[in-house]
Amino acid sequence: MAIDLRRFHATFFEESLEGVAAMEAELLDIERVLQRSGGVQEADAERLNRIFRAAHSIKGGAGTFGFTDVAHFAHALESLLDDIRSGRRALDLEVVGLLMRAVDCLRAIVLAARGGEAPPAEAEALRVALERAQTAGRPASSAPEPVASTGSGWEIEFHPHERFFHTGNDPLRLLRTLAELGQLVVRADVSRLPAWDSFDPELCYLGWSLTLQKPVARSALDEVFAWVVGDCELQLRPIAAAAAPSDPGPKTEERGATSIRVATAKVDALVDIVGELVITQTMLSQLVEDFTPDRLARLRAGVAQLERHTRDLQDAVLGIRMLPIGFVFSRFPRLARDVSAMLGKQVELVISGERTELDKAIIERITDPLTHLVRNSIDHGIETPEERRRAGKPAYGSIRLDAYHKAGNVVIEVSDDGRGLDRERILAKARALGLVAPEAELEPAQIDELIFMPGFSTAESVNDLSGRGVGLDVVRSNIRALGGGVEVSSVPGQGTRFIIRLPLTLAIVDGMSLQVGNEIYILPLAWIAETLRVQPERVSQPAGGPEIISVRGEYLPLLRLDRLFNLPGRARELDQGIVVIIEADGRRAGLFVDELLGQQQVVLKSLEPHCARLEGISAATILGDGTVALILDAGSLVRQAYSAASLAAPAALGAAQAAAVSTTVH
Amino acid sequence: MPTIMTVDDTASMRQMISFTLGSAGYEVIEAADGAEALKLAQDRKVDLVIADVNMPNMDGITLVKSLRAMEQYKFTPILMLTTESQAGKRDQGRSAGATGWIVKPFNPEQLVDVVRKVLG
Repeated sequence: MAIDLRRFHATFFEESLEGVAAMEAELLDIERVLQRSGGVQEADAERLNRIFRAAHSIKGGAGTFGFTDVAHFAHALESLLDDIRSGRRALDLEVVGLLMRAVDCLRAIVLAARGGEAPPAEAEALRVALERAQTAGRPASSAPEPVASTGSGWEIEFHPHERFFHTGNDPLRLLRTLAELGQLVVRADVSRLPAWDSFDPELCYLGWSLTLQKPVARSALDEVFAWVVGDCELQLRPIAAAAAPSDPGPKTEERGATSIRVATAKVDALVDIVGELVITQTMLSQLVEDFTPDRLARLRAGVAQLERHTRDLQDAVLGIRMLPIGFVFSRFPRLARDVSAMLGKQVELVISGERTELDKAIIERITDPLTHLVRNSIDHGIETPEERRRAGKPAYGSIRLDAYHKAGNVVIEVSDDGRGLDRERILAKARALGLVAPEAELEPAQIDELIFMPGFSTAESVNDLSGRGVGLDVVRSNIRALGGGVEVSSVPGQGTRFIIRLPLTLAIVDGMSLQVGNEIYILPLAWIAETLRVQPERVSQPAGGPEIISVRGEYLPLLRLDRLFNLPGRARELDQGIVVIIEADGRRAGLFVDELLGQQQVVLKSLEPHCARLEGISAATILGDGTVALILDAGSLVRQAYSAASLAAPAALGAAQAAAVSTTVH
Repeated sequence: MPTIMTVDDTASMRQMISFTLGSAGYEVIEAADGAEALKLAQDRKVDLVIADVNMPNMDGITLVKSLRAMEQYKFTPILMLTTESQAGKRDQGRSAGATGWIVKPFNPEQLVDVVRKVLG
C-alpha cells in the first residue's frame, strides 16, 4: 500500500517550530533562574522534561518523514538533554548557552528542510559540540549483524513463561510469523500442563519445539522474538544459513503549504451550525413549496432564523482564522534577552493576555511593529542598571506586553518602567526638523505624538538596534494598514506606554453607507466619532485654504467627499447634507456627504491586484443588490484634511490640532 | 473491524498513524497523552493501543500500567513507540506489561505489517 507521507509534512514542520519555540522559552527561564542563583543549580525537572520531549518528538517525526538532517541534529540535542535530565551532566550557564545555540540551529535546519534546502553550514560543528558536551559517550549503535551462513535452517526451543499472556502477547502469533518465513515444523510440549482442577485459563503452560526449514538470517528470528525475550525461555540453533535483507526507507521532501491548526471544539461548533442551517433551509423550502399569504409570519420567522444562523456561521468561520496572540508574544523573551545583553541592561519581560485571539493575517503582520516597539523600549526606555539605582528603581527594568479585548477591538500594550519620553529633546528636535513652528506652544500629549512623525528619531548615536532607518512612523503606518492605530503616553521618570488598537479580523467590517451623488461609499464604523448637520455659519475658510468647521468649540478641517472624488454631489450647502466626524490617530476631521444610508456589515474585497493603492480608499465591497461600493480609509482622509489645512494656514491647524488632542480622551 | 488507539503528543505522528491504519481498514481513535487515552479506553473497548513513551500529563509507561490494571485490558496488545536510543524505556515498558514496541522512525508499510501481525 502506498501512503504519501508528504500530506503530514506541513503539520510536522509547524509542530517542530512550535517545539523549538517551547524549548527556547524553557531555556530562557532556566537561564534566568541560573543567573539569579549565580551558577549551577538543580534545574526544574519538569522544565527539562518538556525540553527533552520537544527534542524527542522532533527527532521521531523527522526520522519518520525522512528529514535526516533534522533527525540527526535533534538526536544529538536529545542525547545531551537526556544526560542532563538524568544528572550525568551538570546544568550550568555554559551548557544552557550551548543548548540555546543548538535550538537556534535546529530551527534553521527545520526551516531549511521545509524549503527543501541544505542545512546551514554551522550545523555540523554544533552537532559535534553537542556530542562532546556529553560526559558519558553513548555506545555506538549495536554492532553490525553477523550474517549467518550455515546449513539449511533453525532449531528453535520456545517456552513462554506462565504470565506470557499478560503482556498482550500470543504464542500463536509468533508461530504464524515464523511460518511466514518458511516451512515450519511445530511440536507442542505439554509437559507443564497442570491437573484440570488447578488449571488457570489466564496462564500459559505450553511450550514448543520448532524447526524452521529455511536459511533465514539470525536477525530475522531475533526480530520475531524481540518483544518476548524476557518472557520466555528461548534457544536458537542454526542448522543452516542465509543472507540478510535490506530495506531502504522512502525519502520525500517538498515545500510545505501554509496551514492552520484549529481546536477541535471550533470545528465541532461549525458542524453544529451547519446542521442548524440545513434544518432551516429544509424548513424554508417546504414553506415556499406551497406558499399562501397566511404563512407570511412563518416565512419571516424562518428568514430571521436563517439570518441568525448565517451570522453564527460567519463568526465561527472567522473564529477558525483566530490565533492566540501568544504566538507572537512567545518570541519576545528571547529578543529581550539578546537586546538587553547587547546594551548592558537588565530587563525582565512580563507577558499577559497571551490567550487573546486575533486573525491569523493580523498576527503575522503585527510581529514586526511589536518587535520594533519592544526593542525601542529596551533601547530608549529602560535605563542602565546604575542609572536606575540612582533613580531609586530596581536594577531590573520591566517591560510589559499585554493584550486584551476592548469594544470590539484587540488592544496590545507595550509599556516599560524606564525614563519616559524626554519632551524637551523631542520638541527641540522637532523644531530643528521644522516639524513644529518655533513659537508654537504644544501640550505634552502633542509633543509625545511627534515621535510618530516621519524621519523623527532622537537617538544620539546610531547603534545597530534602533537606528536602522526604520522609525516609529513606519510602525504607525504598518498598524494603520491593518486598520488599527497606535498611541503613546508617558510619565517622565516612570515609563512609557504604547497602546495599539487592532481590529479582530481583516475580512469583515461594520460600516456606515454614505451617499455622495449617485455613489455609495462605506466608512468603517470604528472611525466615526459622530455625525451632525452643520449650519453654514459655523464654517470658515481662511485665505483660499480648506474649510474649517467649528463643532462645540473644536475646529476641524472639512473634506467634501464630492469635491475630493470629483463627483456631482447633490448637497451644495452644508445644511443640506451631513458631516461625519472621523477620527484617526488622535486627530479628527469632518467629512461632508449627501446622506447616511444606514449601517451594515460588509465583506472586504481587496483592490490591490487590480488597482494601485488609492488615497482615501482602503478596499471595496459588494452590496446586497450586487453593486460595488468603495470603502473609505479614514486614516488617509484625516491625513489629507490636515495636510491641506497645514499648507494653507498653519495657525488654523495649530488651533485645530490643539483642540483635537484635548478632546480625544477615550 | 478492530479499533486501534494511537496515543502521541505529536500531532503529525498521530495523523500519520491514524491515516495509515485508517487506509488499511482499521478504525482509529486518537489521544494526545496517557490521561486522555485512559479516559477513552474506559468509554469503549479498544483492540490495540499504540502509545508514545514521552508525553505530558501521563507518559506511556504509566499508561501501560494503568491499562493492565483494568480487567478489560489485561490481555490487550499495547505497543510502545520508541527510538533506537531508548533501550531502557523499552525494558521499562515491557516490565510494565507492554506487548512490544515499534522503533521510530518507521514507515507506513512497517506499521501496517506490525499491526496485522498483532491483530492476526
